[in-house]
Amino acid sequence: MTSSLLRRLTPVLLGGCLAFGMSPNSTAAAEELRIGFLAPTTGIFAQVGKDMVDGFQMYLDEVKNDFGGAQVKFTVEDEQGKPDTAVTKAKKLVLQDKVQMFVGGLLASTGYALAPVSTSEKTVYISSIAAADDLTQRELSKYPYFIRTGWTSSQPSHPFGEWACAQGYKKIVAIGADYAFGYEVVGGFQKAFEDCGGKIIQKIWPPLGTKDFGPYIPTIKQDADAIFSLMVGPMSLQFPKQLASAGIKKPVLGGGTSYDEFVLPSMGDEVIGHVSALQYSAALDTPKNAAFVKKYREKYGKVPSYYSESNYTTAQMIHEVMKKTGGKWPGAEEFVKLLASIKVDAVRGPVSLDDMRNPIQNIYIKKAEKKKMFGYDKEELWNTVIKTYPDVGQFWKYGKETFLKQPVYSRDFPPCSFCQ
Amino acid sequence: MKNQQIKVLLVVAALAAIAIIVPNTNSYVILLVTRALAFSILVMSLDILLGFTGLPSLGQAAYLGVGAYMTAILATKYQFGLGFDFWLVVVFGILIGAALAAIFGLFAIRATGVYFLMITLALGQCVWGLAYRWNSLTGGDNGINLPVRPKFGIDLSQDVTFFYLVFGFFSVSLLLMYILVRSPFGRSLVGIRERELRMQILGYNTWLHKYIAFIIAGGFGGLAGVLWAHTAGIVSPENVVLTTSVDALLMAVLGGAGTLVGGAIGAFIVIALREYLSTLVPWWQYVLGGVYVLTILYLPSGLMGIPERIRQRRTLSSKPVDPKKLASVPS
Repeated sequence: MTSSLLRRLTPVLLGGCLAFGMSPNSTAAAEELRIGFLAPTTGIFAQVGKDMVDGFQMYLDEVKNDFGGAQVKFTVEDEQGKPDTAVTKAKKLVLQDKVQMFVGGLLASTGYALAPVSTSEKTVYISSIAAADDLTQRELSKYPYFIRTGWTSSQPSHPFGEWACAQGYKKIVAIGADYAFGYEVVGGFQKAFEDCGGKIIQKIWPPLGTKDFGPYIPTIKQDADAIFSLMVGPMSLQFPKQLASAGIKKPVLGGGTSYDEFVLPSMGDEVIGHVSALQYSAALDTPKNAAFVKKYREKYGKVPSYYSESNYTTAQMIHEVMKKTGGKWPGAEEFVKLLASIKVDAVRGPVSLDDMRNPIQNIYIKKAEKKKMFGYDKEELWNTVIKTYPDVGQFWKYGKETFLKQPVYSRDFPPCSFCQ
Repeated sequence: MKNQQIKVLLVVAALAAIAIIVPNTNSYVILLVTRALAFSILVMSLDILLGFTGLPSLGQAAYLGVGAYMTAILATKYQFGLGFDFWLVVVFGILIGAALAAIFGLFAIRATGVYFLMITLALGQCVWGLAYRWNSLTGGDNGINLPVRPKFGIDLSQDVTFFYLVFGFFSVSLLLMYILVRSPFGRSLVGIRERELRMQILGYNTWLHKYIAFIIAGGFGGLAGVLWAHTAGIVSPENVVLTTSVDALLMAVLGGAGTLVGGAIGAFIVIALREYLSTLVPWWQYVLGGVYVLTILYLPSGLMGIPERIRQRRTLSSKPVDPKKLASVPS
């Protein structure tokens, strides 16, 4: 009895620890570039994660994994949309796969969690999506190996605020998802809009993941000229629908993720005429983008979103750096320096980086329209570009010093001084 | 009695094996085992409630949360707990966990069964709400990054050193909880689990017993939180969200409720599947789901129930059934 108990229990207790040890330790080949990629491939953000991976993978396929002579070894890890898991997986990529850089991270909170890992592990972290403002603003000095190829949350909001003034809107109600990304997008819009004479008369913060806007829509003030919304994921689909069924006919403006191509194909006709701002639109009328959209759609069966484009462009930018070094890994510090100095003609337009390692790029004001594009024979919803603000940086027209003196946009900043 | 000694020996052997084998594996494995050990303390603390007292709590992550947030806030805002004062933080962590449990216990202990589940769920969500919305203190959705791990003579930023520290805390916690559940107090908890009314008639103050067990579990939860904060390097509302509590509950059930060690085994298996298997195959979630379903269907007493089940089957097939033997199932 005793020995059989021992025999049966020991594997249970020890097998677990032993099984871990068997993973092969990858040894570095001379001309190998190991890139780790973090995206949520399970959980509620799985579809966004797929867009991210597909974008990067498409570029790799185009160049046959050859970055200026270096063979790219691309490892995708599932960060499950949780900052905690992202940190563990990033460490896995660094410690076990010995990657030279890791790319990705979806949520702003994930970006904040991953940046310290790059510092402690002395490994490059390229944020292609996570848009938390402070990573390339007030906290950049803590993260010498951090660089951004995507955007800061408030970057498209600044020109958008100015655009709203130009349309003659005087009073706007803002409704945004209740978390850091929402505060930054709404905050940027409020700042720019109030600086040119507009007034934000009300701010409503439904929680992230709200499915029913019934309690919020009736509270929207009647004297507003327009509504500014910042929705994320499934919220984006629900809000315009409920707004329309409540009979509100005010013009609707939105942050980039409210009307991005990730949600647009699933939206109904009620969003026609809604205007949003982002650094990319799938309806961007350039030959380069037309080719990109067609190829992506053929390959993955859907229109690329900014999640796809941003990661495609990130791969392109890494490629440009490796071309310069002749396929040799220059070391983490040097790589960050080189990447910060390059200019690329990307799908979204010209992209270069400022001295705080955040992209300077075009911001497009886009209007949702139903039309035919790029020779597809069906009428579909597209984000038609109606105005382009060229070379917009993260500090807009305020200048770096003045801008950095103010606190990061939050629930209480800028204060809602015209709210009653 | 002899049986019990063998079990203790087995656990000691397994612990020794972990201490020897793990530091020689690759550094990602060390990281995962450290995480599993830290989380195991929480799962075992839950097991005191679930397995020994019969109180299925759905809010255990709250104690992990307060411990972790306290550690992170002290470290980032006051630079406290990064040297020898780390040990003070450990004490504070245990105290704050216990204090929170003492408050929550006043509301929760009066309920039983499903109502206990619901009230602990609600209280846990209160803590989550605070973590998510009290931006100035908790950083809201972004959470708090811990800059460095403590240094006092030994440098805990070394993953191996930190592993030994967590391993030490785990072993001591396991020992303390083991002593607790085998003490007369622990026996009376089991009595409450089995038949609370009878215990009351025998003259036990069952409310007080349950309340004390709840506070002790909270204290261990707070300790797990302190370790978790330094293990993960980030504290966010994700740590106090409902799924973390559910995870702890599932791990305890998977390993075998009422066995302490079972909780640790459950934590190891779930973390191994979720964070190691997921790096190898994309269909890891099916494996995890399968493990849960099969355990509930065929091993209601968890993985720790396997030897018992085998023994039962043997006895059944070889000898006529001895009802006395079947009834006295040692925990």
